[in-house]
Amino acid sequence: MTDQAEQAGFDRQDDTLRLRGAMTTRQVGGLWEPLLKAARGARRLDLSGVTALDTTGAALVLRGAAVAGDAPVEGASAPVSAVLKRAQDALAAPRPAAGPKPLPFVGRVGAWGVEGLRAFRASTGFLGETVLMGLAVLPQPRRLRVADLLRHLDEAGLRAFPLAILLGTLIGVILAFQSSIPMRQFGAEIFIPPLVGISLIRELGPLIAAIIVAGRTGSAYAAELGTMTVNEEVDALRIMGVDPVSMLVLPRLVAALLVMPVLALVVNLTGLFGMGVVMGTLGFPAALVLNQLSQWLTLGSLLGGLFKAGVFGLVIAGIGCRAGLGAGRGPRAVGDAATQAVVGGIVATVVLDGLFAVLFYRLGW
Amino acid sequence: MAEQKEAPAVVGVRGLTMAFGSNVLFRDVTFDVRKGEVFVILGGSGCGKSTLLKLLIGLYRPSEGEIRILGENLDAARGRERRELLSRLGVMWQSGALFGSMTLLENVMLPLEEHTRLPRAAREEVARVKLGLVGLSDAANRLPAEISGGMAKRAGIARAMALDPPLLFLDEPSAGLDPITSAGLDQLIRDLARDLGTTFIVVTHELQSILAIGDRCIMLDKQAKGMIAEGDPRELRDHATHPTVRAFFRREAA
Repeated sequence: MTDQAEQAGFDRQDDTLRLRGAMTTRQVGGLWEPLLKAARGARRLDLSGVTALDTTGAALVLRGAAVAGDAPVEGASAPVSAVLKRAQDALAAPRPAAGPKPLPFVGRVGAWGVEGLRAFRASTGFLGETVLMGLAVLPQPRRLRVADLLRHLDEAGLRAFPLAILLGTLIGVILAFQSSIPMRQFGAEIFIPPLVGISLIRELGPLIAAIIVAGRTGSAYAAELGTMTVNEEVDALRIMGVDPVSMLVLPRLVAALLVMPVLALVVNLTGLFGMGVVMGTLGFPAALVLNQLSQWLTLGSLLGGLFKAGVFGLVIAGIGCRAGLGAGRGPRAVGDAATQAVVGGIVATVVLDGLFAVLFYRLGW
Repeated sequence: MAEQKEAPAVVGVRGLTMAFGSNVLFRDVTFDVRKGEVFVILGGSGCGKSTLLKLLIGLYRPSEGEIRILGENLDAARGRERRELLSRLGVMWQSGALFGSMTLLENVMLPLEEHTRLPRAAREEVARVKLGLVGLSDAANRLPAEISGGMAKRAGIARAMALDPPLLFLDEPSAGLDPITSAGLDQLIRDLARDLGTTFIVVTHELQSILAIGDRCIMLDKQAKGMIAEGDPRELRDHATHPTVRAFFRREAA
């Protein structure tokens, strides 16, 4: 090996380009452009000094010959010309036809719109399929896969408790502390408990829980179902006569529906606790805080908040499953599905929350 | 490459033992691979063929024993030295392991970009040669998700050959391929070994391709937890005495 690894090089004598040494991948790196420059106008390429040639070197020689106007290549030893011949055949094979031209701007907008409509149609189909399957299972609850449901309840619910407790407490502490500064100017610190309490049970509890579930569970659903789709497992289920919606989607939806109010409640309670701690440091006894809360918080606000949480859960899980089942092919598809699930889940949650605000206002809750 | 018997060892394995915990996969495996030959590692399922391959390319560390690749100890090599050594190996993975977000051409260009100073146009030209060698010129712009399993294997070979390494490892090149594609691949391996002097180490259990391409082989066995045969596959077929080796080459149930 070492005796062959002579420095590759070339020189130009009149109309002959002489190459020498080992024309290999490692050697020709810096040689490519100067050699092509030198090859311009050459009448023949002389390879008698070439001790070794690999396919990269062959590509260079062939390119050089082409630059020199298809100059003949001479003097190659038998192994060198065998490689050269092989590379020549390889390059002569037909190349792919040029891809379609990139669309003009208007065309891109149109293609984007059509794509959006198609996705919308597929999502509508998914929604219909899920509702139908849900209605079919409703009269026979035993068709719901209980073992799957329990697993999902554990993964989406129980394992999210530490996170919910942490975030709930922190949100409570932060809200109480931040509002205490302006409230003190008005001597209105006594109203911090209702302020934090109402924000928590009506809005923040469900929203924080929704963010936890969208980030932890919606993305997991999308990745799990996306991987199954990419691996053709979903097709296998269909062919076995098992409806993927009933086997994969329903347990997840029910799990999220059940888990979300619980998580929202955990966030609510720990948030109130965090607020109570801040109030304690500000010198308000716990009895006073509790008294304030019981005066201002109504069962209606709490139940309204928990109801919202359940709906958020359903929507987040639905978006996650839909993203997973609609995944394309290749490794990017799973990542895309997870992104869609999280972004879609959070956006849908906030939009729905706005609708709920209007609805509850009209209903006078 | 007629005087193969004289050729120096490209890979030397001495007393190699591999165990996962207390589960010994094989012990005391010793063999040499000479320059320019097609060396086949064969054996039934679960005997540790693929593990041996991963040991040779340094993905796993051996429990005991020494592996020398191109005269160097891969295990002991660090930093630049290791990178340098790795750039002289090419590996075709069992399922291609092509990068899903790149076209086939870009897959082949990636090692060139990392390890050579070739300008971009040159890299593309060189990558096209490699794709042409495996007969995939017209699929250069396709993504791995858009091609068949046989094409993915061939593209895997093209990428493994990107730097024209003196040593190529192929993991199950013909598994799951139709006989025609598989025979084409065998032919390709033979041609490359002859024309480029590349040394191939091939893991396979496809009898036909073992006989078609193998200059020498070793056979691993699950029960024996080690090597049970070494030599020319055609001779082993005709003269082997070990019952498992005989069964393997005659396709009998052992």
